[in-house]
Amino acid sequence: MLIAYNFLILNMFLDFFLLLKEEGLPVSIGEYLNLLEALNNKVTAFSVEEFYFLSKTILIKHEQFLDRYDLLFGKYFHGIQLEDSEKKEIPTDWLQKEMNRLFSEEEKEMIAKMGGLDKLMERLQQLMEEQKEKHQGGNKWIGTGGTSPFGNGGYNPEGINIGGDGGGRNAVKVWEKRAFQNYASDVELNTRNIKLALKRLRILTREGVEDELDLHTTIEKTCKNAGYLDIEMHPSRKNRVKVLLFFDVGGSMDPYVELCEQLFSAAKSELKHLEFFYFHNCVYESLWKDNVLRYSDRIPTFDILHKFNSDYRVIFVGDATMSPYELTALGGSVEHYNDESGISWLHRFVQKFPNIVWLNPSNEYYWDSLPTIQVVKEIFKERMFPMTLDGLAKAMKTLKGKKVVH
Amino acid sequence: MHEFKGTENYIATEELQVAVNAAIALEKPLLIKGEPGTGKTLLAFEVAKALNKPIYTWHVKSTTVAQQGLYEYDAVARLRDSQFGDTRVNDISQYIIKGKMWQAFEEDGQAVLLIDEIDKADIEFPNDLLLELDKMEFYCYELQKTIQAKTRPIVIITSNNEKELPDAFLRRCFFHYIRFPERQTMIDIINVHFPKIEDELMEEALKVFYGLREIHGLKKKPSTSELIDWIRLLKLGKNTKDDLQNIDYVTTQPPYFGSLLKNEQDYEHILKAKRSSQNTFKRF
Repeated sequence: MLIAYNFLILNMFLDFFLLLKEEGLPVSIGEYLNLLEALNNKVTAFSVEEFYFLSKTILIKHEQFLDRYDLLFGKYFHGIQLEDSEKKEIPTDWLQKEMNRLFSEEEKEMIAKMGGLDKLMERLQQLMEEQKEKHQGGNKWIGTGGTSPFGNGGYNPEGINIGGDGGGRNAVKVWEKRAFQNYASDVELNTRNIKLALKRLRILTREGVEDELDLHTTIEKTCKNAGYLDIEMHPSRKNRVKVLLFFDVGGSMDPYVELCEQLFSAAKSELKHLEFFYFHNCVYESLWKDNVLRYSDRIPTFDILHKFNSDYRVIFVGDATMSPYELTALGGSVEHYNDESGISWLHRFVQKFPNIVWLNPSNEYYWDSLPTIQVVKEIFKERMFPMTLDGLAKAMKTLKGKKVVH
Repeated sequence: MHEFKGTENYIATEELQVAVNAAIALEKPLLIKGEPGTGKTLLAFEVAKALNKPIYTWHVKSTTVAQQGLYEYDAVARLRDSQFGDTRVNDISQYIIKGKMWQAFEEDGQAVLLIDEIDKADIEFPNDLLLELDKMEFYCYELQKTIQAKTRPIVIITSNNEKELPDAFLRRCFFHYIRFPERQTMIDIINVHFPKIEDELMEEALKVFYGLREIHGLKKKPSTSELIDWIRLLKLGKNTKDDLQNIDYVTTQPPYFGSLLKNEQDYEHILKAKRSSQNTFKRF
């Protein structure tokens, strides 16, 4: 009996572990074994709460995952708890689970961003209608997924919490407090963060003036010199990565001005060899360096393509949101008549510079629905990254090597 | 096995106790993060005190390299000695300066090793310590021998999140995020530091403190260590609860306000926020 029981418990942990993995938390087998070892060593008394503390400390390595962990822990172990200790009524968190299933993280985020209650309800209405069309007859889940969770699931940070916790249950569990909710979403992008992300893009080489004592060679040469000093110098290691930055300005980029300014100031202080240019929506035959003189003082794009050799790392910053003509058609530009399509200019850049990425400040969630973003992404061979901390880090990794890091 | 349960000066939540004890039992380094001033560094000292073990602290700076924690070879001194025909020069071990990690490894019993503010160093720094933390050994090239820990030390690492730590490093650690103390924990902490504090004063002080923390957009929210300092000043200045009442920040301010709020811009921010809320009321 005991063996069977242990087996059951083990299975339960394994399921939980696999659930974490499935939900994208970075957990590895090593950590799982650690957890089992800790349980085996009886590090803690065997209560659910202690298990929660223990598993959290062993499995989770970053506070940004703590909230998701809390959620999953609640989701997985709550049902199990209920089954053996309490009456089998349909608990209110059933709705919450349903909500978890129905709404992706992005959608939850969107709900948060949509603002007031009215807006939310409007959106809700929309969602329900969409669902009705797809699933005829309005299946059961529309009712629950559509309305009740909003009253109850507690996913709306604006706080439409009508239902509260279900009857007959104990006080709120630690993991249900969701104390780490903030750490998940507020990885704020600031100049310092960006600087650190840009630091990844460094190629340290010894070049130039010999300004540092080469201790090892000095000692070696001194030894060979029968103990008489023979000083050897070498250049200090410096970051010699060379970067070209192309900023999309005006129009749809206006909401991201602040973000771009931060990126720009971080890049200027981090990267010694940096050149930057501006364009509007898409690159055509000329670009400019000064936004005030953008109509009078322009630089032919061919000059740029010829002047900088292909070991430059190239970063495009733009939302790639425009009318399709601006990309595909001759004369499609909104500002002038272009003899060649935007696409062909973009192709030239991608061909010339093997290390090239596109940073897109717009919300990654909408990328799939905008055709121009799709086209640009394809031209850039999938090397388009959102302008978040994570996206920036991946972009820098991609820029450094030849592989695309996603 | 000795278990860590906090000390008379240090209130450890159950969560923290579990994390520390798990790290000790499984001999893994424990990575501690949390808001500044929630007692990350202090934890290592208190663990050492509670378990009666010696502590070695390695404070990391932006220029620190991993090698410095192991040992440094003072080649220049040896070079100088060689020029003057000093006989010491034949014994290379004279020029090996042991780092904190080596010292902790050499300890006969188990030691506590604190690697403080690991995020201050270069981004590659944690990667250079992977094997050392895993196996608790390293190779000294000059002496041509492997230095191995007699007993694996309890390693506590703190980070302020200035840099992301590499995955390979994180996988080798246990992790605990010290959350900001809840009211009850905070009362316990204050009681530990000021056993004779009057309840009313504490009540009012906490009200001011949590009120400040709730103001949105502060650059540096006051944390536990600031609260403790502030209460100490209040006690020294023989303040009573009356001094802490009716504070609107515009005309009146709490005594020793500077010890709670360390940023000038935050001070301006509060003034602005409070003023505008007052004006809103006046309009009606």
